Amino acid sequence: MLRLPDVQGRQHDLADLRGKVVYLDFWASWCGPCRQSFPWMNQLQQRHAKDGLVVLAVNLDTEAKDAAAFLARYPASFSVLYDATGASAKAWGVKAMPSSYLIDRQGAIRSRHIGFRPSSAAELDAQIAALLQTP
Amino acid sequence: MRICLLLSMTLLAGCATVQPWEKGHLAKPIMAFDPDPLTARQHKQIYTSKEAASGGQGVGTGGCGCN
Repeated sequence: MLRLPDVQGRQHDLADLRGKVVYLDFWASWCGPCRQSFPWMNQLQQRHAKDGLVVLAVNLDTEAKDAAAFLARYPASFSVLYDATGASAKAWGVKAMPSSYLIDRQGAIRSRHIGFRPSSAAELDAQIAALLQTP
Repeated sequence: MRICLLLSMTLLAGCATVQPWEKGHLAKPIMAFDPDPLTARQHKQIYTSKEAASGGQGVGTGGCGCN
């Protein structure tokens, strides 16, 4: 369902992450709320990596240098994949930027979030924590 | 009728659906109506005073250019 390269060109497949809880985020350098979401996603990865959470961020910039400039200002400690064509966003039905999907250990999409507000991060945290509890 | 159809076809060719992830160019400051709010405000100030037009821009003057 999702197979994209990282900055080194190494392919990542979502299917390989079966058994993990995945927080999949679609972002672009020009998107304002994405800037706010990056520190939070770093924290998320840091806090829950040991519980089996993987944060995956798919960049949809058409220019790779825009994404690089963004990541220089807002570093990411999680995997960033690149899709300049936007084909993955289309396949996943992305309605706004950023859009994120919470995928359980069986590979099923549990919830979808449109946009990012720091005020709603706590709610997301709780949702993720609950999903990490379930096998 | 035929001309009308032709015209609508050529004009509609300019319409495209912009997907949410394709708004990078639209998000650039240069694409804004007023890229620089301060310059825009100054232009409005001069315009309203020179045109002796009051209202609509929040500032009304007598046209002396001094306000």
